[in-house]
Parts: sequence; C-alpha cells; structure tokens
Amino acid sequence: MAQVSITVNGEQRSADVDPRMLLVHFLREQLNLTGTHVGCDTSQCGACTVLVDGRSAKSCTIFAVQAHGSEVTTIEGLADGDQLHPLQNGFWEEHGLQCGYCTPGMIMSAVNLLKDNPSPTEREIREGLDGNLCRCTGYQHIVNAVQHAADKG
Amino acid sequence: MAASPVLPKLVGQRVKRREDPRLIQGLGTYVDDIKIVDMQHVAFKRSDVAHGRIRSLDTSAAESMPGVKAVLSGAQIAEFVGPMPIGTPFPSPDHHAVAVDAVRYVGEAVAVVVATDRYVARDAADAIVVDYEVLPAVVDVEQAMTGQPAQVHADFENNLAVALVPSGTGVSADLKTIDDSAIDKAFADAEVVVSQRMLNQRLAPTAMEPRGVVAHYEPGKDTMTIWSSTQNPHILRSFIAAMNGMGQDQVRAIAPEVGGGFGAKINIYAEEYVVAGLSKRFGLPLKWTEDRSEAFLATTHGRDILGYIDIAATRDGKVLGMKLRLIADIGAYNMLLTAAIPTLTMMMANATYDIPAIRTTLTEVFTNKTPTDAYRGAGRPEATYFVERGMDMLARELGMDPAELRRKNFIQPDQFPYATQMGAVYDSGDYGKALDRALENASWDELKQQRDAAQAEGRLVGLGLAMYVEVCGLGPSSSLPTGGWEHSQVTVERDGRISATTGASPHGQGNETTFGQMLADQFGVPLEHITIHHGDTGVVKQGIGTFGSRSQAVGGTAIHLAGAKVKEKMAKYAAALIEANEDDLVFEDGRISVKGAPDSGKTFAEIAAYAYVPVPLPEGLTPGLSEEAFFEPANNTYPFGCHIALMEIDRETGEPTLLRLVAVDDAGNLINPLIVEGQVHGGLAQGIGQAMIEEVRYGEDGQPLTGSFMDYAVPRASDLPRFEMDSTVTPTPVNPLGAKGVGEAGTLGSTPCVVSAAVDALSQFGVTHIDMMLRPEKLWQIIHGGQS
Repeated sequence: MAQVSITVNGEQRSADVDPRMLLVHFLREQLNLTGTHVGCDTSQCGACTVLVDGRSAKSCTIFAVQAHGSEVTTIEGLADGDQLHPLQNGFWEEHGLQCGYCTPGMIMSAVNLLKDNPSPTEREIREGLDGNLCRCTGYQHIVNAVQHAADKG
Repeated sequence: MAASPVLPKLVGQRVKRREDPRLIQGLGTYVDDIKIVDMQHVAFKRSDVAHGRIRSLDTSAAESMPGVKAVLSGAQIAEFVGPMPIGTPFPSPDHHAVAVDAVRYVGEAVAVVVATDRYVARDAADAIVVDYEVLPAVVDVEQAMTGQPAQVHADFENNLAVALVPSGTGVSADLKTIDDSAIDKAFADAEVVVSQRMLNQRLAPTAMEPRGVVAHYEPGKDTMTIWSSTQNPHILRSFIAAMNGMGQDQVRAIAPEVGGGFGAKINIYAEEYVVAGLSKRFGLPLKWTEDRSEAFLATTHGRDILGYIDIAATRDGKVLGMKLRLIADIGAYNMLLTAAIPTLTMMMANATYDIPAIRTTLTEVFTNKTPTDAYRGAGRPEATYFVERGMDMLARELGMDPAELRRKNFIQPDQFPYATQMGAVYDSGDYGKALDRALENASWDELKQQRDAAQAEGRLVGLGLAMYVEVCGLGPSSSLPTGGWEHSQVTVERDGRISATTGASPHGQGNETTFGQMLADQFGVPLEHITIHHGDTGVVKQGIGTFGSRSQAVGGTAIHLAGAKVKEKMAKYAAALIEANEDDLVFEDGRISVKGAPDSGKTFAEIAAYAYVPVPLPEGLTPGLSEEAFFEPANNTYPFGCHIALMEIDRETGEPTLLRLVAVDDAGNLINPLIVEGQVHGGLAQGIGQAMIEEVRYGEDGQPLTGSFMDYAVPRASDLPRFEMDSTVTPTPVNPLGAKGVGEAGTLGSTPCVVSAAVDALSQFGVTHIDMMLRPEKLWQIIHGGQS
C-alpha cells in the first residue's frame, strides 16, 4: 500500500491505497465522488476527465499515487456554492446533455478549453472536445453550451 | 383580489430539462455508483476463441487468491441459472448463461469470480486457465448458409436460425403459399431494372455507460432487489423472478440513471441472471460493472443485414415492383428480440412509396460472432437504407432528379390510413410536404448548380437525398410479446402537489420534463409542483419500457389518461367544496374556481385536504385523488421525413467530409421541440457514423478486430457538421396527443443520404454504389484504381 495525499475540491484527502489504484477509482470509491465516470479502458472517451493542478486530465490514465501532492477538481467541486459554473449553466440552458454520463467529463474538458481560449470558434470548440465522446447529443447542443458559457463567462 | 396572470402553456415550448441540475453537478446515481454494506464484486472470464469445445477449466490459481470468495464454472452456474430465455416465437438453440461445454463467440462467458474487490475479481478471472479444442469459425454469412466451414449449433442445419420467410404481395395470410404472379408481371413489364447487393454492416451500440448490475437478495425477507442499466426494468423484473423461482411481487428492479441505451439495454443479459442468481445463492449483495472492452464483445451488436434489392420501373420513373432478399447475420445466439429485429426490415420495405408489387424474403443465420439485437432504429434503418439507395440508383439510371423520382412514387396524403403490401397500416403522412421543405431549406436547385460547378473545377462534391418512414410508438399488444401498453398512476398528493408514475423508463430522453409539461398544462399548475417517478418497479407498479420510440406516444398517453381521471374526480371534490357545478369549474394557476370568478376558487392543497379527509363524504365519491390508466394503442405510429447531405471527397486522400446535413422530420405533435431536436441530433450522429466511420469487423478466425474505441470509431465533435433542422407536423390519429415518436428517426434518413452523396461525388468514376463504411482507402481506390 502507498500513502497518498491529494487536495480534492479544496479539501486535503489522505489514504493508503494500492499503488495500482487508478485516480478515478480513488475518487469514486475511496472518496465517494461518483460524478466522475468511467466510459472506456483505453483513454478515448473522456468521461473520467477531471482537473489536475488546473489542467484537464483523464483520471483513468493516472494512478492515484501519481496525483500525490496535486490539486484535483471534480465536477462536484466546480460550482461556487449554490452558484453553478458558467459551463454547467450553459449545458442546462442549451440542452447540452441527455443521459448525462459523458457530461461531467465533457464539462471539465470544456473548462480547460475556455481557460486556454475564452472565445473559441465553433471549429475550435469541436476540435477542443475531440477527446470526449458523447453518444446522445450529436454534439451540436454541447457546442451551443460551450458558446453560451463563453458568451456569459 | 386581482387575477394573477394565467400560467403559460408548456406543451410545445422549449422547456429546459428538469433532469439536468443533478446531472451537471455529478449528483446522478448510475449503477456503478451504488454501494451496499458487504457488497462483493463479480468478474467474468470470457472466451478468447470464436468457436471451440472447452477441454478443461483450471480455477485453482484463481481460487487460492486472497479476497476471492468463489469461482464458478458454467456447469456450476447452470445448477441454479437456467437456459437463457428469449422473447420471440422463433426456434432457439440451447444457450447457457455461462458456457458449459462449447463456446461460440469471442467474449462468451466461461467462468465467474466473486471477490471482495473489483481489482481482485479481475485478477482472479485472468488467472483462470481454459484449454479449448479450437473449431473453424463461421464468419462469412453466405458461406455459413452452406453449412461451411462449420455448424454453430448442431441442431440448426446450414446455420439457419430462421429459414426463408417470405412476405409481401402474393403471399397467403399464413405466409405459406407463394404466388409470384404480381411481382413477375412487374418485372416483365419493366423498362428499367436496377439490382444491387448491399451490406448494412454490423455496429456496436456503445452507450457511454457500459452495462452494470447490482443484485441484493435478502434471505430474511426472501426478496430480491436488482439495479441494472436497463431500458425496461419491468421486463427485467419478470425474467429475473422467473429465473430465480420467485414471484414478481418478490423482485424489485430498479433502473437508476441509465447512461444511454440505444436498444442494446432492452435485452436481459447473462450477467443480470448470473449476478442475481449468485446473490440469492450466497445471500450477499453483488456488483458487476462492464468494461468497455467487454462491452464490445458481450453487449449485443446491431444491424448486420445483407440485402439484395431489385427495383422494376418504367422509363418515366414509375416503380412497378421491388424484390428485397434479406440475410441477417445474427451472431451466435438468439437473445431477447434478436430474431424479430430483421422482420421489421421486411415490414418497412414499402418505405414511402405506392408500389404495386413487393416481394421480400428473410433468412437469419448463426455465425461465431456476438449476438445481434436492437440498435437504434432496429430494422427500420436497414429497410430505409436498402430502398433509398435503390431509389437513388434508379434515379441515376433514369437520369432523373432523385427528389422527382421520389415524388412520383409517394403514397399520397389522401391515401391514409394506407395499408402497405407488408401488412402495416400507415397512420398518417404527407411525404411531399416534408420533401418540399427539405428541398427549400437545402436550396436544392442552387445546391445542384454548386455541385456541378465544383465538379467542373475537378472537386469531388456530391449530393444525396433520402426519404424515410419508420414504425414507432410500439405498439399494439398483438405486436409485442411483452404487451404493448403503458401504465401510469397520477396522484394529487395530500399537499396538492402532483406525482405521476410511468413505465416508460427513460435513459436520456427527458421524460421527467416532457411528461411534467403535459401534466402542468392538464392541471393548470406550475411544472415545479409535479414529480415524475420512473425506473423502479417498487414505485411504478406496471410498465413495459422505453424502446421503439414509444415513451411519448404510449407512455405519455397513459399519463394523460390517468391525469384526466384524477382531474374529473378532483372537480367533483372542488364542486362540493365550492358549492358549484363541476361543469362550471376551471383549473388555472394551481386553483380550481368557477369560470369568470377566480375569487371563488380553492387551491389544490385545500381541495386535496378535503379529498383525503372527506367530511362530509360527497355522495358517490371515494376518498383520495389517485387514479391509474393503461393505454393500449390501436396501431403503431409512422413518423417520416427527408434528409439531404452534401459531401466533398478529397481527391488525393479519399477523405470524405460531410459539409451539410439538412433534416426535416415529422413526428406529429411535439411536446418539447428542444428535446426533439436533441433526439434527432443524436440519431443523425449515429446514422452518419454508420455511413462514414463505424463498423464492427472480424478476422477470418472470428477474432474481433474492433474491440475498443481505438479500433471502433464513434463520431467525435469534429466529425460532424452543424445540422440544419426543421420539422413538419402531421399528427397521428392513434393517440389523443397526436405524437408519433422521434427517438430513432435520425438514424433512418441520414445513412442512405450520406452514402448517396458519396456515390454522387464519385459517379464520374463509374461507381453506382459503395458499401458502408466510407473508408478513405475505399474511396481512394475508386478514384485512383478505377474500381467500382
């Protein structure tokens, strides 16, 4: 077992974990933060995307021990109290989700996208979200949601 | 007191979804999010050969691993989990939940592990050693029909799961006597015949949430609770109860948040039976969560139908007859609805056209592949693809505008209800209207000029058009072995709020919103005062499920009917309380009052308080405000539409780019156009995905070549254009809402129109048809190799 200490959504969390435990399982099973989902096992789908030290990362591709000492933000930590993040609002306003399974990862990737490029074109949004798969929406309302957030952000 | 403004009507409005706040904050609960004290984890050892006999199974290393509770072979599982049941009346081979002596596809379960932790369970499954006698794999469907290179099941000669079934004109009602005189005459009279072999290739449904099961048998109560990522918890309950020798009243099935289904979560799977059966055997809560790699093998695939189409026509474009010979590669076993899906392809072969003679035949064939079952559209996209590609080939052969050829053969608005040659009765339609709207929105004539100009410059630009009609709102109980109704219980609670149950358990369709909109209008209350309960057989007493684009047309109607009953009773209580005639009452702004005298009114809370403590009890009334309704539709519904695609293919690389996709869909009356748009968008993406990038492939040895998202291409955001959407509205007379259903529509028209656009772009190279998917290499060969 290995001792890890990770700041998750602003709170320091420490645990003894199996060295091979994936960050996503640490979040979901040790911390009960089940908003981060697992949609594949080859790092393609992006459902597990979180922010590690402010950058989007696929938490199924990182061991929990690799995140030792890092700051991790999950979907549960994105809102500011009762105030939804502009991207959460955008997804709600523009019907950017259906089954909701890809949504947390999609939103976390979009956070990174807008941080790098606050006023993206539609093409830039589509290419920026290529690491996240959605099977429900055909992406059009997701693009609208990110544009909505960029306009209001 | 001044009258408050009347609440705006919500039906027909773009109301944002009530489901979203929990989902955008990570607060939804999917199956894998569920934890129960002392819960153990299940993993399946799966076959890595396509066809073979199990010589030996060595579980000793797995059993000795710390944390492993049990390792069970197929034979041990078969002691308490019976053969897999199916839901169709077709003959079916023996099918063990876990293979006992033979394996018939890569991914078939051969052993099961129960362990304290999911990592340990996986390690133990990997430690099981299986020795197989490898047999030749049956991969090519047409070769399989000759019994070569092997038989998948000993009792099914030549691998025929369903031997030739004829349908259409000239077949007697019992489908036994064939009279081909009408079809033979059509082809004898024809001035033009087009013929083509087309493959509607095998696809992986790939809901973003893989499947998962949690089962919790409680020995003290002798009850079972099963959580599953399913589209139909009530059907699951029935099958789990029967398999475990329990009553339906002892089993509670829960579909929590379900992360997409697309038809693949209708089937009741081996893992559901095994996890439930093991929980009962051990008296422990158990969880199994599917990996994506597992999902590509163990979750049913879709499509995989080969079609031979011949169309006979006059030189001026009147279709005289059509033959469609279908061969379905259904994989290794019959699952719940496997055998029924290709029959829907036969049923919809009439498409949108008035065709004097149609002959279809269907053969279903076993191969050593993952079994097929429903996938979004389930049989109708295949029919649409074959017929629309055929019509496109006919237009090209005749030198006619593809839109004009369609128009010339449409079933006309005054012909509805229209009994097709295939035994369907189309409820309502105006195909010309949808075509006209699509042509207008696409600027069809200008687009043709732009294409011609681009081609003159040497660019490979093409246009494609497709009509579709599909069968939705399934359906009368005569057409579904589960029953085709839906059920709802609507209650005005003691505090005046409204709750409603629905058996149409959603997995992304937004029924909490659309059903809420309907009830808000029906009762004149704010949406916030309504809760829709679904997905839990402990709360929702009866139901069928969500598939076949039925939740609004059938489930929505059941809510509407139950709501009307409650409203009628509530009016009687209100009349007694207000001392007015119930016929003079209006439901408005959360109050019931005498029309024109809002001050006379009482709130829902006040009327409910009286109804639940009825002193005095009005004559002829019982206490309470809760009523239920079953809705059995008299017919299916038949939505339709027109999709147009503009594509450019890179001459140097063969890379196709979809430039425009114009969609006009007619789903009848729309409850929430925003949600409808989302449904169509998703369907378009899957239909375009099939046309351009999706394909499940197997090697000659039956090894899957597309076992992960690295090999199987699901469309990404950058693969798709911005869709150009519109709708026409032709209500259905089948239900009082006039709603037809829209969940699958997008997958029908998009696929053939995209392929037709590619053929159009490359027609200068002599090509008249290209089999999906539109792999750049294949297109490059046509451009540079002169191959057709």
